[in-house]
Amino acid sequence: MKNEMTMEFDAISENEAFARISVAAFISFLNPTLEEMSDVKTAVSEAVTNAVIHGYDGIENGKVTINCLIEKDVLHIEVIDKGNGIEDIEKAMEPLFTTKPELNRSGMGFPFMEAFMDDLEVMSELGKGTIVQMKKKIGSTSWIEDEE
Amino acid sequence: MEENFKVIDNYLMVKMPEEIDHHKSSYISENADRFIMQNKVNNVVFDFEDTRFMDSSGIGIIMGRYKKIACFGGKVFAVNTDNRIKHLLIISGLHKIVEIMD
Repeated sequence: MKNEMTMEFDAISENEAFARISVAAFISFLNPTLEEMSDVKTAVSEAVTNAVIHGYDGIENGKVTINCLIEKDVLHIEVIDKGNGIEDIEKAMEPLFTTKPELNRSGMGFPFMEAFMDDLEVMSELGKGTIVQMKKKIGSTSWIEDEE
Repeated sequence: MEENFKVIDNYLMVKMPEEIDHHKSSYISENADRFIMQNKVNNVVFDFEDTRFMDSSGIGIIMGRYKKIACFGGKVFAVNTDNRIKHLLIISGLHKIVEIMD
């Protein structure tokens, strides 16, 4: 089966919790384990936080878009911002690398996304924005699927 | 929320919230720093008893406080960590500088 969801919201820190809880609610019909749920919430939280802090640093009224697609038991998530873009993606993905140590950023955002999802891809263009694509297989499929 | 910070002898006890993300992190960091300065404490204890969610912002909070107190010989402790929090501390390498106590 296939199930899709798109959401768009203001790039403000208040919406970080909203975003991860919404995605968690969306995937709940797949009967994810608590661990899978935490993994997805952490990864979404990291990607949205990046969009808020880095993507729209110095830009007012930015919007973040999240596309979710579930195909069979695989969850695809896209977190998109139309902000600053990343100059050096490879560098940005290095553990402990951060451009904002003064904000107490740990430089563990991308490493956490990598650790908790099965696949991570980052596309970015300076001045245009960033797309973070993540994939994760969710263990047990719902019994409801069999009834359709 | 001030009641989440308590000074006992040379230790600042920080009761971490249910959800630790970027939105919540500046409040915790700023208050912890204020308590450390005002009370001249050397050590910080982060209590995760109530915490059900944490992302890398929590790692940033701990790293930042460690940098503040380590040069004066202070230590950072994490208590009441569930398996998830422990795992986060380990994959970010923080278990090398933070004493995890159960």
